[in-house]
Amino acid sequence: MKQRIVVIGNGMVGHSFLEKLIASEGFENFEVTVFGEEPRKAYDRVYLSSYFSGKTAEDLSLVKPGFYEENGIQLYLKDRVIEIDRTQKTITSESGQKVCYDKLILATGSYPFVPPITGNDRAGCLVYRTIEDLEAIKAAATNGKTGVVVGGGLLGLEAAKALKDLGLDTHVVEFAPRLMPVQLDEGGAGLLKRKIENMGVHVHVSKATQEITDGESCLNKMIFSDGESLETDIVLFSAGIRPRDDLAKQAELTIGPRGGVEVNDQCLTSDPNIYAIGECALHNGMIYGLVAPGYAMAQAVVDQLNLTSANFEGADMSTKLKLMGVDVGSIGDPHGNDESALSYVYENGPEEVYKKIVVSSDGQTLLGAVLVGDAEDFSNLLQIMLNGMALPEHPDSLILPNRDGSGSDLFGPDALPETAQLCSCYDVSKGDIIQSVEAGCCTVSDVKASTQAGTGCGGCVQLVTNVLNNELEKRGVEVNTDLCEHFSHTRQELFHICQVEEIKTFEDLIQKHGRGHGCDICKQTTGNIFASLWNSYALEPDKIPLQDTNDNYLGNMQKDGTYSVIPRVPGGEITPQKLIVLGQVATKYKLYTKVNGGQRIVLFGAQMNDLPAIWKELIDAGFESGQAYAKALRTVKSCVGSTWCRYGLDDSVTMAIDMENRYKGLRSPHKIKMGVSGCTRECAEAQAKDIGLISTEEGWNLYVCGNGGMKPRHADLFATKLTQEEVFRYVDRLLMFYIKTADRLQRTASWLDNLEGGLTYLREVVIQDSLGIGESLEDQMKDLRETYECDWKRAIASPSFTKRFRSFVNVDDKAEQLFVQERGQIRPATEQDKLNGIAVQVKEIA
Amino acid sequence: MHKNSQAWLFLKPYGEGYKDMSEFKKVCQLSDLINNSGVAALIENQQIALFYVENKVFALSNYDPIGQANVMSRGMVGDLKGELMVASPLQKQHYNLNTGVCMDDEAISIPTFETKIENQSVWVKL
Repeated sequence: MKQRIVVIGNGMVGHSFLEKLIASEGFENFEVTVFGEEPRKAYDRVYLSSYFSGKTAEDLSLVKPGFYEENGIQLYLKDRVIEIDRTQKTITSESGQKVCYDKLILATGSYPFVPPITGNDRAGCLVYRTIEDLEAIKAAATNGKTGVVVGGGLLGLEAAKALKDLGLDTHVVEFAPRLMPVQLDEGGAGLLKRKIENMGVHVHVSKATQEITDGESCLNKMIFSDGESLETDIVLFSAGIRPRDDLAKQAELTIGPRGGVEVNDQCLTSDPNIYAIGECALHNGMIYGLVAPGYAMAQAVVDQLNLTSANFEGADMSTKLKLMGVDVGSIGDPHGNDESALSYVYENGPEEVYKKIVVSSDGQTLLGAVLVGDAEDFSNLLQIMLNGMALPEHPDSLILPNRDGSGSDLFGPDALPETAQLCSCYDVSKGDIIQSVEAGCCTVSDVKASTQAGTGCGGCVQLVTNVLNNELEKRGVEVNTDLCEHFSHTRQELFHICQVEEIKTFEDLIQKHGRGHGCDICKQTTGNIFASLWNSYALEPDKIPLQDTNDNYLGNMQKDGTYSVIPRVPGGEITPQKLIVLGQVATKYKLYTKVNGGQRIVLFGAQMNDLPAIWKELIDAGFESGQAYAKALRTVKSCVGSTWCRYGLDDSVTMAIDMENRYKGLRSPHKIKMGVSGCTRECAEAQAKDIGLISTEEGWNLYVCGNGGMKPRHADLFATKLTQEEVFRYVDRLLMFYIKTADRLQRTASWLDNLEGGLTYLREVVIQDSLGIGESLEDQMKDLRETYECDWKRAIASPSFTKRFRSFVNVDDKAEQLFVQERGQIRPATEQDKLNGIAVQVKEIA
Repeated sequence: MHKNSQAWLFLKPYGEGYKDMSEFKKVCQLSDLINNSGVAALIENQQIALFYVENKVFALSNYDPIGQANVMSRGMVGDLKGELMVASPLQKQHYNLNTGVCMDDEAISIPTFETKIENQSVWVKL
């Protein structure tokens, strides 16, 4: 008989519990029922504020489609549990459901604390916790100009960002004398305050709110204990959280003196059949207001249900985050509560950087740290503290800027013990990384794929890379980023060199920056860079040696040395007349025809010497080159869209044609494919493309960096509800940024994987223009667009170019190809066919 | 079978004796070649790949023994560890331009032929 498990609460921790339980060995032994009080399934509360910058409730969802159905989990939403009967071992919900349990999991979370101030329930007084709260804030903001956040902690500053994003004049009111009083010391908080004020947010510290009354110019007026007052439309309370322990109280479980369901190291409450995890649980006098400890508790319970021993031994509360664009890191105890502790402070006024470390009185161990304005040392310091590593003779060297380049190896990857946890999102240790290297991983992408390290928040990628490279070096694998033996540069570096020095020939480049004659790797890369930078033409005599055979003969070489011909058919839309021409040309030149995976019609089996004649006929009929032979935009796949489809929301065909015409001919580090779907049924499979668009009722949703190929990857949702103009702007910037910074033959997916900061960083660069390069990227894309020319039109216009397609330099004979018939068309003869000498036909073209 | 079918070449590679009896044949003008790149020539029904690198002409059979197609003239040329080479356009194996030996698998090689340049003309001895 299956063990009946009831989970109360469907938040982040409750959902993590379900995921872990399903992944566990004994899952089939359990029958699971889940109750959630909110109307929607578990979603990401950590990124709640992104709801205001374009994310939808659906984007924030943590639940994969079909999750409950496929795993046979019974889910009741919008149905609060109101009673636990511990003797009968049943629970009762608001709607009257009564369910028996063998084990009960409380994952009821917490609620925002609203200080007992007169007037705290007035209109415009809100909290910041659920999507419903955000909707209320959004609604209130449409009629208001000013918003005040009460509470200057982590969540309060997040909430302030949300108000600012909504266009409100924003204030933060903090009771303590500084911002983030728990995590930061005075110096760090002071700098953070200045930085936030520079962004136009008013910060008031040491302020206690006494009363909220009617305002004169705004809806509300806050009156402070010092007699001052502030008028505001919205008052957002973010003054900390309180555990949701009412249900446990009713069931007479042991509750802590200041709230919270008391649990032991096994996360068991005072009832051996009831566990509590996450923010409702009080462990060793601590309520953990972060998700990672909650996830660790969930794992501990899952292990026990699987009859494995497990402990939750407390968790580290160190945090690193970007608050309103400011890097902030807090590690361990940054206040030096141990009176004998020593502290070291580094403050750089002009660059607005503050760093402090607190070390034990004997100078041996790190107790805590504060980083504001530059949190790069975060992972390094965190590892030193968590692993109790011995400090250098001068501990301040850990935070002093490393101007002469020395000393960077103070704590190299070797110093870390194997148990050191590098990725806290997926609990990946240094030992796990070493194992993955032993199993054959050689790149960061490999390690990410095999361990999941770095695929969560991305904060550990640098450290993981260091450990990986260190391990590879130990195994004698030279970590060499040189492009090849002729250039000690990466593709990205060569790109920048060519751009800055305006280098346009390979000879020039290799003379100034390389050695030898070059090879297929560097020549092809250089040809590609010249094409991306200067739209250089492959058939120019000095560019010919730089082209791989596809670019050199403007066709895809097939296994027998013939080429395929793929004209552009923008969006996949083609007139009957053009279809007839393709048929006629294929018949005349005896070509095999097929519709390929990208919705384009391919004519296979063209001999090199026939290519100019074939293309002349196609161009005369209005076709142009599809660049299917190049590292360039290949196709924009589309569905039928609103023009014909019963479900289509927008005209995906016109959008696909516009996209294809906009980016046609664009040379990039790897081929690029796009897709445009007219609705979420996704007939164009846009989420499997480098750039994908899906129409919604409110505009286009943009997906980026997906691909099919050897390692398929779904694209990430990048931005939502876009107009066509916004789509073009973002795609212009993103593609140009990719072209400039990717490695040789690196697809957009692995480019994104290797981008430090990942999707968030990419959004900052492309959408928020954090580097201030948006306009210049758009301009460069515009230049390339304006100098676009059809490769084949240019080729057939000049005898010097068409001469290149002769079969032989010395005679007019044609090279002959051997084919056999199959299903009414030709295919290349195999060696066996040739040896048999039967059914082989020689193609003769007039 | 057709007169210059490669299936036939594949079965009967040229013997040493045949090579010795051969003489230099004028193939084309130097200006017909492209610097740092290759072209194909048809000499006595044999497909030959000619490469013009460092003011010298290299001649190899045009047949890629691994990819099994007449494509070598369309490969990219360069050098690896100081040896001039051509990369097959099909599977990208590298062949020494001087010796024809495959640098990725020394058991495989492509026949090479002597060349000379006289009065701006290219000569090849089969």
